Amino acid sequence: MSGSDDEVLDLRAVHRTHGTGPAVVHALRGVSLVVRPGELVAVMGPSGSGKSTLLALAGGLDRPSRGEVRVEGQPLAALDRRGLAQLRRRRIGYIFQQLNLLGSLSALENVALPLELDGTSGRRARALARAALTEVGLPALGDRFPDQLSGGQQQRVAIARALVGERRLVLADEPTGALDSQTGEAILHLLRRRIDAGAAGVLVTHEARHAGWADRVVFLRDGVLVDTTAPLGSVEQLLSGSDR
Amino acid sequence: MSIRHGLLALLERGQMYGYQLRAAFEESTGSTWPLNIGQVYTTLSRLERDGLVRPLPESEAGQRPYEITDAGRADLALWFATPISRTDRPRDELAIKLALALTTPGVDVRNVVQAQRSATMRALQELTRLKYGSNRPEDLPWRLVLDSMVFQAEAEVRWLDHCETSLVRHRPTGPAAPAPRPGDADAGDAARWAGEEARR
Repeated sequence: MSGSDDEVLDLRAVHRTHGTGPAVVHALRGVSLVVRPGELVAVMGPSGSGKSTLLALAGGLDRPSRGEVRVEGQPLAALDRRGLAQLRRRRIGYIFQQLNLLGSLSALENVALPLELDGTSGRRARALARAALTEVGLPALGDRFPDQLSGGQQQRVAIARALVGERRLVLADEPTGALDSQTGEAILHLLRRRIDAGAAGVLVTHEARHAGWADRVVFLRDGVLVDTTAPLGSVEQLLSGSDR
Repeated sequence: MSIRHGLLALLERGQMYGYQLRAAFEESTGSTWPLNIGQVYTTLSRLERDGLVRPLPESEAGQRPYEITDAGRADLALWFATPISRTDRPRDELAIKLALALTTPGVDVRNVVQAQRSATMRALQELTRLKYGSNRPEDLPWRLVLDSMVFQAEAEVRWLDHCETSLVRHRPTGPAAPAPRPGDADAGDAARWAGEEARR
């Protein structure tokens, strides 16, 4: 089956093994997954099921042992290191539990950094960073340094950095981390809004409540996709309880 | 919760007649608990019998409002002050179904778990979608009802995950059991757990 242009992420029968011989570990076994614009897919599964491996392959941070990964139709295997790094900077946003904000840079500078590394002029990078900080509800805190921000504000800065510019693919690994439920929900609300505006997203989480923000939920076990949720039904059906 | 306490709580706001009570009840629960007008009048007549509400003279339009009595206020205060006992809730059909699936020949309990988890997860997605669309301050009571349903669905998914993990670990060790593949971490775990079980 050939891919279509509107597939932002396309994993085709992807395998990833670590080690060889009797010590071989199969992290992923023949996983196929397509994510389209405006779609958020949540990946759930127990520890060691392959969730983070899947995300690393999707973002070009790791290469599959077998199978193919395409981002916006581009097979990642065809890119050299420089091409892959450029794709990651321009088209893919990462949100990790560890925020990886640079303490010596202000919030605005942290957000502008990936653009400046990619050759965008300082003035334009800062303008885009300001827009991204406004999108996450922090228009006035651009001059603050990470240690002057709350945990929730730092996570918002990290999200602004992931969304800045024209990223079409957003990859989030337990993005709400240790945040309280209200703050965590606000973070997912932001992610959802960006997806609704046309990005594609993959959200790795072990919390069903967070996966509830996704359009589709897939379950991984032992490196295999074992289950996926059915398409969403009607609100009336849900409220009447007739689907239970 | 009983409908009677719901109606008493609404009448504590002020006098209301049947249709007003039904509308206010559904507004408070975000229509998650639809009431028919017959239930409202049946409950009102029981509350009147018990001295917890009293009917007022009919309006010109022929509507008879009710007001809460002092005894009704005391009953309502007691209800708010008393935690709801878990034993008052209906038995969990799902838990019983899984327990039976485990011991009924020919039933693949993992399929039962996965089908239920998929359905519950879908319900959770729907509830989240409803929350996403309810951001006005006046939506707060409705959002809290939704949150309650979200947390219950989440608990069910977590329990189903737990069941699935337990099933992997307690896979039968007889001739029908598939041999663990080398390098398969969870299969190794399963064998180790099965061994520990056997030693007990």
